[in-house]
Amino acid sequence: MNAAQIVLPALGPALPELILSLGVLVLILYGAFRGERSAEGVNVGALILLVVALFAVMSQSGAKVTTLNGSFIVDNFSKVMKALILIGSAATILLSRDYFQRARIDRFEFPILLVLCTIGMMVMASANDLISLYLGLELQSLAAYVIAAFHRDNLKSTEAGLKYFVLGALSSGMLLYGASLVYGFTGTVSFPGIVAALDGTAGLGIVLGIVFVAAGVAFKLAAVPFHMWTPDVYEGSPTPVTAFFASAPKMAAMAMTVRLFIGAFPDVTAVWQQIIVFVAIASMALGSFAAIGQRSLKRLMAYSSIGNVGYALVGLAAGSQEGIRGVVVYMIIYLAMTLGAFAVLLSLRRGGEMFETVDDLSGLSRTHPILAFCLAAMMFSLAGIPPLAGFFAKYYVFAAAIKADLVALAVIGVVTSVVGAFYYLRLVKVMYFDEPVAAYEPMPPGLRIVLGLASVVVVLFWIVPAPLVGAAGAAAKSLF
Amino acid sequence: MSAAAAFFYLFAGVTIASGFMVIASRNPVASVLFLILAFVNAAGLFVMMGAEFLAMILVVVYVGAVAVLFLFVVMMLDVDFAQLRQGFQQYLPIGALIGAVFLIELLLVVGSWTIDPGLVQTPLNPVPPAEAVTNTQALGRVLYTDYVFFFQLAGLILLVAMIGAIVLTLRDRPGVKRQNISVQNARTQGMAVETRKVPSRQGVEV
Repeated sequence: MNAAQIVLPALGPALPELILSLGVLVLILYGAFRGERSAEGVNVGALILLVVALFAVMSQSGAKVTTLNGSFIVDNFSKVMKALILIGSAATILLSRDYFQRARIDRFEFPILLVLCTIGMMVMASANDLISLYLGLELQSLAAYVIAAFHRDNLKSTEAGLKYFVLGALSSGMLLYGASLVYGFTGTVSFPGIVAALDGTAGLGIVLGIVFVAAGVAFKLAAVPFHMWTPDVYEGSPTPVTAFFASAPKMAAMAMTVRLFIGAFPDVTAVWQQIIVFVAIASMALGSFAAIGQRSLKRLMAYSSIGNVGYALVGLAAGSQEGIRGVVVYMIIYLAMTLGAFAVLLSLRRGGEMFETVDDLSGLSRTHPILAFCLAAMMFSLAGIPPLAGFFAKYYVFAAAIKADLVALAVIGVVTSVVGAFYYLRLVKVMYFDEPVAAYEPMPPGLRIVLGLASVVVVLFWIVPAPLVGAAGAAAKSLF
Repeated sequence: MSAAAAFFYLFAGVTIASGFMVIASRNPVASVLFLILAFVNAAGLFVMMGAEFLAMILVVVYVGAVAVLFLFVVMMLDVDFAQLRQGFQQYLPIGALIGAVFLIELLLVVGSWTIDPGLVQTPLNPVPPAEAVTNTQALGRVLYTDYVFFFQLAGLILLVAMIGAIVLTLRDRPGVKRQNISVQNARTQGMAVETRKVPSRQGVEV
């Protein structure tokens, strides 16, 4: 084989990932040479990289293209999910600046690990075979374990990192075992190859493989019964890192789940549908009931995220194009609600101390009326009260479930969302009807930007839903 | 029995026996040594299949680096294995139950396993033919062309592991004396040496 025979794969579709990869190497060198004083510069650089990558993603045509030996796919679905991932990561940098400076853990490695994590997540959203799926997942997870323990002098933070690492390694093992069974029984790792090899029938080996892969995926999604790590990791990690875990990696995990089940196993829906239905019901129920007794806002958001993953999975359980559209709409709105809620949570600061319990919100409406209004909007939206965005998110997934004859699933979903409304509305009650505690410090500008944008999406979604729903529809269409 | 078959059974038998000894041995240092023995025999099996590159890599990476690292860890850290085994009796029933479930699942899976008849021929007639290119060349050709994406991603994962290890463990200790070469080079005789006259019977104050 001479040099002329080697064909360079088309790198254009992977342009956003290449921008991030090369950019992060430059940032590492800059940080390593400048030392600890470079944190500010590396943060700004990482933010610029993420925004540039976002523009690169948005400028892709959305037509279905595979490259890099068929292991990397770019279409409308990957476009939307990557945009969400990049927005979540960029928002995390904005949210983290002030907190990290005050906690004296303002080191240049954080934005670098965040960008590396983002590359992994984008690979997950573009995975077209089991190997690239696993490598993207591992890149994302490994960086996530480190930033969970980033506050290394804090016992809770290191415990969170260690817990996440041990359980994450276990779940990766399960995913790999399942993937090896799928490979063993189909003879290929590529998703189109698996579809062709299965030919609409799933033997016992494939069923077992799907079960193990689903277990690994459910862990990454923090769906019941693989959710045990979530409250502890969310509580122990530094709050901006918690905001990150609740936003961008959820987008990536959901993108990966949809790619895997719709991309590799579309003709054997009956096998995985029952798993997804069970996981969705259990997540919705646990997310609603377990959050009721929580006093810590971070734990409350952890249970809320478990519940929300359950609602999004209702759309996947439908297995139809409308179902996937529902999932994408849900993830868009969930991202806005989560980032908004965490922006408020991060601004509860007085005299250098962070306040993280429900009681610290007492009378927020009198001390900080705008903050209280925004958080109330997020909570009403999470509870699914019209005309806020959260209502439409739930509407699309439940409508798809009913169309797919999963009426019982939709009914259970509505019932659990009523139960869940209790604890969301309790926060509103605490803010508006309890006696105020002392005022908090003014919000740093980064938090203001994130909260402002998130509030606009959540409050005004019902006026012009077309762009977001249209993008989600195009994303779902590209998978079928 | 041909020589090849004899060697196959020798290597395979020793691999399995030493693999068993890894978990059965009471002394952890002996366990690691048995692990090395298993690796070396597996390398022998690879050589017999014509995969000489994999065999050498197994010896270099696993025996040379990983197993020796294990040995260091086992010898340096005073792990009390008796204490680790304390909960053994308590967790035995649930562990046995899960093990049994997995065993049944595996048997069911193996029962439905059919091997593609074409697959058996593949090791005998490799693509590209073994006479034309060496193992290393054949691997290099696909590693940097078809699988360049996976190769680069694996590189990024290792980069994350390196940064993570530094972030979580590197600490600035105050009061540590470090070598500063430029300061050392800038020292002159006047800074380092002082010449004094020592008066007889009086000495000097230092």
